[in-house]
Amino acid sequence: MRFALSEDQKMLAGTLGDMLAGTAPLERVREAAGGDEAVRAALQSELDEMGLAGVTVAEDAGGLGLGVLEAALLQEQLGRHVSPAAFTVRAALAGALCGEPFGAGIASGEVRFGAALAELGGARPGAGVAAGADGRLSGRALFALELADATHLLVADKSGTLHVVETGAPGLAMTAMANIDHTRGLYDVEFDGVPAEMLADTSAGQRAVTLLRVLFAADTLGAAQAMLDKAVAYAKEREQFGRVIGSFQAVKHMCAEMAAELEPARALVWQAAHAIDEADADADLLACLAKAHLAEIGTFIARTATEVHGGMGFTDLLGLHYWFKRIGFNRQMLGGPERHRAAAAKLQGWA
Amino acid sequence: MDLKLSVEHEAFREEVRAFLKAHAPDAPAPEDKGLRHPKRLAWQKTLIEHGYAARTIPAEYGGYGAEPDILKSRIIAEEFARAGVPGGLASQGISMLVPTLLELGTEEQKRTWIGPTLRGEVIWCQGYSEPGAGSDLASLKTSAAVEGDEFVVNGQKIWTSTAREADMIFCLVRTEANAPKHRGISYLLFPMDSPGIEVRPLVDMTGVANFNEVFFTDVRVPVSSIVGERGAGWQVANATLTHERGMLGDPNAAYGRLMAIAELMQTETVDGHRVIDNPVLRDRLVELQARVAAMQANGLRIMSARAAGESPGLAGLIVKLMGCELNHQLAGLAIDALGELGILYEEGEHLRAGGAWQARYMYDLGLIIGGGTAQIQKSIIAERGLGLPREPKPAKA
Repeated sequence: MRFALSEDQKMLAGTLGDMLAGTAPLERVREAAGGDEAVRAALQSELDEMGLAGVTVAEDAGGLGLGVLEAALLQEQLGRHVSPAAFTVRAALAGALCGEPFGAGIASGEVRFGAALAELGGARPGAGVAAGADGRLSGRALFALELADATHLLVADKSGTLHVVETGAPGLAMTAMANIDHTRGLYDVEFDGVPAEMLADTSAGQRAVTLLRVLFAADTLGAAQAMLDKAVAYAKEREQFGRVIGSFQAVKHMCAEMAAELEPARALVWQAAHAIDEADADADLLACLAKAHLAEIGTFIARTATEVHGGMGFTDLLGLHYWFKRIGFNRQMLGGPERHRAAAAKLQGWA
Repeated sequence: MDLKLSVEHEAFREEVRAFLKAHAPDAPAPEDKGLRHPKRLAWQKTLIEHGYAARTIPAEYGGYGAEPDILKSRIIAEEFARAGVPGGLASQGISMLVPTLLELGTEEQKRTWIGPTLRGEVIWCQGYSEPGAGSDLASLKTSAAVEGDEFVVNGQKIWTSTAREADMIFCLVRTEANAPKHRGISYLLFPMDSPGIEVRPLVDMTGVANFNEVFFTDVRVPVSSIVGERGAGWQVANATLTHERGMLGDPNAAYGRLMAIAELMQTETVDGHRVIDNPVLRDRLVELQARVAAMQANGLRIMSARAAGESPGLAGLIVKLMGCELNHQLAGLAIDALGELGILYEEGEHLRAGGAWQARYMYDLGLIIGGGTAQIQKSIIAERGLGLPREPKPAKA
């Protein structure tokens, strides 16, 4: 029994973290977020060159054959560096759900999945996709992810069954939805009799939700860690009243409160990811708890770290808002914390 | 990451279960109150003999003498909790003084005190805090002047639990009046029936005297009763404070409470509806469940780090602050779930759980303050965990 990351896991996360720190500093993230497609594509190909597209694809299909815990550790690094590169769906989710028959394509980058799964967490008015008798999809999906250069789209219908469509298929129309987090795009997707392939695995919808909950939690973990680190560094350097502000208890205690919330949350994310890998009976419950908890403490840290930076935290120049918005995005995707707690209550027979 | 137990540890779990099956009837019941109840002392003796109390204390000093194995300690705690059987005594003497003596005591002190303390035959109280020395403990004023081969102790301690029952006190006193405050303190052991000691119960907000004040007037203590060097008592005390903070904020206790509240919310009704059917209260329950799960996972992480001989770092520094706060919030939810029933207290037909949640809600606020206040904890986290600068010393006038 050992509740700790292995040396391999630490190295994997560290390698990606170092790469992002070196090649994807805030200036480049800012360019990509501002709409510079060439920069975004360059950041994406740097990630792909590490072989991460096949993180959860089996080794014999050309992937890394790693688990959800490793995917979560990578996602944490992407959140930490507010990376605009596609990974959550295109690598982690697609490899885990569509490895058969797409594994080799996912790993090589020839098959690039986006996902229209938001309705699994609840459908807004006018949203919802249904499969006709011929298997073709009609309807509308909101908040679809990672569609920028996707070749395939994973779609949930109203019953929670998943389908695969090609993004070039007739009857498919996508419109970008302007959103708060410019490091990630969202799309409004209309389906008008789009040919689709149903996933045989009827549990795939639930598996997708559980996986996404953990991955969004992991992304927030990384983004919140970055905000805490920046707040602490700023508190050690910024002087007022002739002292560094980190020597004032009011500021010091804000930093301590952030760290005290973040450290146990890290362990919860590890445990929730590991539970999926082990097919633990509590995996769905832990994913709900992790998503809701990271949403709460992420929001607290995003706000508090901004306050530690004073007026500078509010400026575009410093760029702290990229992390603030990333955490806000993760909080609402698939529903806010209340919805995941309601799901957790249901799983335990409490509702 | 591997949350499965090894064959050796699975076998150990079976061993603990077999012990519990055979011996549980000998365990003291909740009504066997009192630190010296014969059933409690007999149970403690049985537990030490089988290695379920004083497990890693060397046998020559009255312990069981096993190699430290954090996982085995955890298995013991889990199995005792599951069986609803009380574990070994958890007094301040056992959890704080014994580790201190093992680390810093003389051979004679170890042989004299550790065995009887482990067996519950000698009960200790802790003389640390004073009315003028709380968070700033090192400013304590209780003095011990040397006269011949004795210290003469004068002053006052406060927040002394079990002072009325205790045979002995481990006490911080100022022996070097002119030394800097951290270098003038010594750590003494002396009997509570020494002439010149007066104990006054200190009734707290729970309505009970969980603590006491202790007054010393010319109390004579042999100089050989010192632990560590004269003037080095601050280092000796810090060894024990580390042990105390490890006791507070146990996430497995929080898990037990959470499950008790879930049960309470499924059985209590308002207007014929179960309390758990109230979506706001249910949401609060799950919100705290996530916090409990995070603290349990954090606890596993700390355990694995210690087992590997690594420092748990921030994960360890935050336990007292977050664990005590969580326990208080859990008790607060239980009271809100009880509503008007939650303001009943002490006795009566409608009182639930004997008023335990009400008492916990108040007592746990005391634990947020005691053992290093939440604010002191935050400063420790910020300074030792995050490397933020210490508060500058005020300029001398």
